[in-house]
Amino acid sequence: MHSNMPPKVDPRFKVAHKEAMIGVALVIFNFIWWFGFAYGLGKGDPADYQFVFGLPAWFFYSCVVGLVVMIVLVTFVVKVFFTDMSLEEEEEEHV
Amino acid sequence: MNAEALVPLIILLVIIFVAGLWASRYMTSSTSFLQDYFLGGRSMGGFVLAMTMTATYGSASSFIGGPGVAYDKGLGWVLLAMSQVATGYFVLMVLGKKFAIVTRRYQSVTMVDFLKSRYQSVWVVILSAISIILFLFSLMAVQWIGGARLIESLTGLSYMSALFIFAVSVLVYVTIGGFRAVALTDAIQGTIMFIGTLILLIAVIIAGGGIPNIIADLQAENPNLITPYGPDRALSPTYVSSFWILVGVGVVALPQIAIRAMAYKSTRSMHRAIIIGTVVVGFIMLNMHLIGVFARPILPGIEVGDKVMPLIALEVMPAWLAGAVLAAPMAAIMSTVDSLLLLVSSSVIKDVYLNYINPRASNKTIKRMSIGMTALLGVIVFMMAIDPPQLIIWLNLFGFGGLEAVFLWPVIMGLYWKKGNKYGALTSMGVGFGLYVLSHYFYPNPFGLHTVVIPVVAGFIAYVVASLITVKKTGLATDI
Repeated sequence: MHSNMPPKVDPRFKVAHKEAMIGVALVIFNFIWWFGFAYGLGKGDPADYQFVFGLPAWFFYSCVVGLVVMIVLVTFVVKVFFTDMSLEEEEEEHV
Repeated sequence: MNAEALVPLIILLVIIFVAGLWASRYMTSSTSFLQDYFLGGRSMGGFVLAMTMTATYGSASSFIGGPGVAYDKGLGWVLLAMSQVATGYFVLMVLGKKFAIVTRRYQSVTMVDFLKSRYQSVWVVILSAISIILFLFSLMAVQWIGGARLIESLTGLSYMSALFIFAVSVLVYVTIGGFRAVALTDAIQGTIMFIGTLILLIAVIIAGGGIPNIIADLQAENPNLITPYGPDRALSPTYVSSFWILVGVGVVALPQIAIRAMAYKSTRSMHRAIIIGTVVVGFIMLNMHLIGVFARPILPGIEVGDKVMPLIALEVMPAWLAGAVLAAPMAAIMSTVDSLLLLVSSSVIKDVYLNYINPRASNKTIKRMSIGMTALLGVIVFMMAIDPPQLIIWLNLFGFGGLEAVFLWPVIMGLYWKKGNKYGALTSMGVGFGLYVLSHYFYPNPFGLHTVVIPVVAGFIAYVVASLITVKKTGLATDI
């Protein structure tokens, strides 16, 4: 590894990195939900499909419920885990 | 099309025009013309930020083309389109506060500015500027043609007159109003897109006799239309999933989107924009593509996909309402074109002219040059749209995917990995773009994936390997 110590890291970056990771986690969850319901429920013969509100169950859970779940989840995550901070250049800002 | 339907469309154009002019009043009092004209002085609030991202992203291809393809492919295409929900939160979360902080520190005005400060390399700047100018110019020219065609089909005017109306209305507010006018008109256009698709979906469901009825009709025609696999079962899970790269997470690297992630005012506006953006993108994508599928039993046998949206609107609604709803695709096209125009102009002025031709230009010269360049580019696009040259068509083929293959890793890794350096960035750009073009011609859809996937993966490996080999020479990045 490279020996010389890096200069002091902006403490805001720690928060920013955490939030970026939350974004990655959300998109992975979103993908699994979308894929799981679509192909899990949709792979059979359309003659045997279940219907919810007139839509095929795979579509209803994957796309309609999936969207609502993501909106609720994103709202929750932003309200609870995202931190307000100044974006301008300031020395010695605390987190 | 009758006069009654034209009135709402004309009202839309007037409102946008006035809003653009109103926004341009702020320009006069500015101290830094560049920051103001190309970034709106980094003052966007949450609602405008969410709307301008959505509207810039939702273009003619998704708005006119999307429902047309959904009409042919059924619910499987709506499933594919829903991969775009991710763009609503992912872009702002991942570029996030770090991009906003770092670009303020560097005082970047364009995405290339950021790459220049991060990598300190002339070649990175030149290659990036060339990619942006070529790709976005072609994307823009094709949108421009779409806009004129839409006016042509709605009004019965000739293609030339339609193109002229479209060009003049966009050019005036972009040229004099800059980013602020673009963002403000995007917010209006995004709202129209959201409400317009919702009204049209409801009207289509009523006209089709309710959702169960419509689904039963589709199932009777071809049961595969209500499966995730498409009418001929050709939409494989691998192929559909790979769109999560092209139109989902890869969108982070589109310069017209990334630029917005450095132009918001505060973390509060960013938080609001993430929530609003997810709601708006999600509902627009779901509703718009469902309209296409549900239109099938109501109006069977439409041959040209692009006509599905206008025809179904006129079929299921009174003329004046159809006109108002058809303002939505018009708004989608305008809001994409205006952003691209401004971005290409910023790249020419900031990345090329100020970097290499005249670094000491005065504020006044910059102002004259910027406005002049925006207008000039608009005129060139106008002329190209009259008779599009082959090169434009060719470049447009690579549009989104090409930009993503070039920029994804230099931007993301540049932001989060200290060991990343200019050699990594250049290798990644070359490998990503080269593979994309080669694969497009010789081996499209390798392993059943969309063409963009392999170049993006290879670009990542190239970035990491080249950076690790050369990091001793360049040292670690200190300011990220």
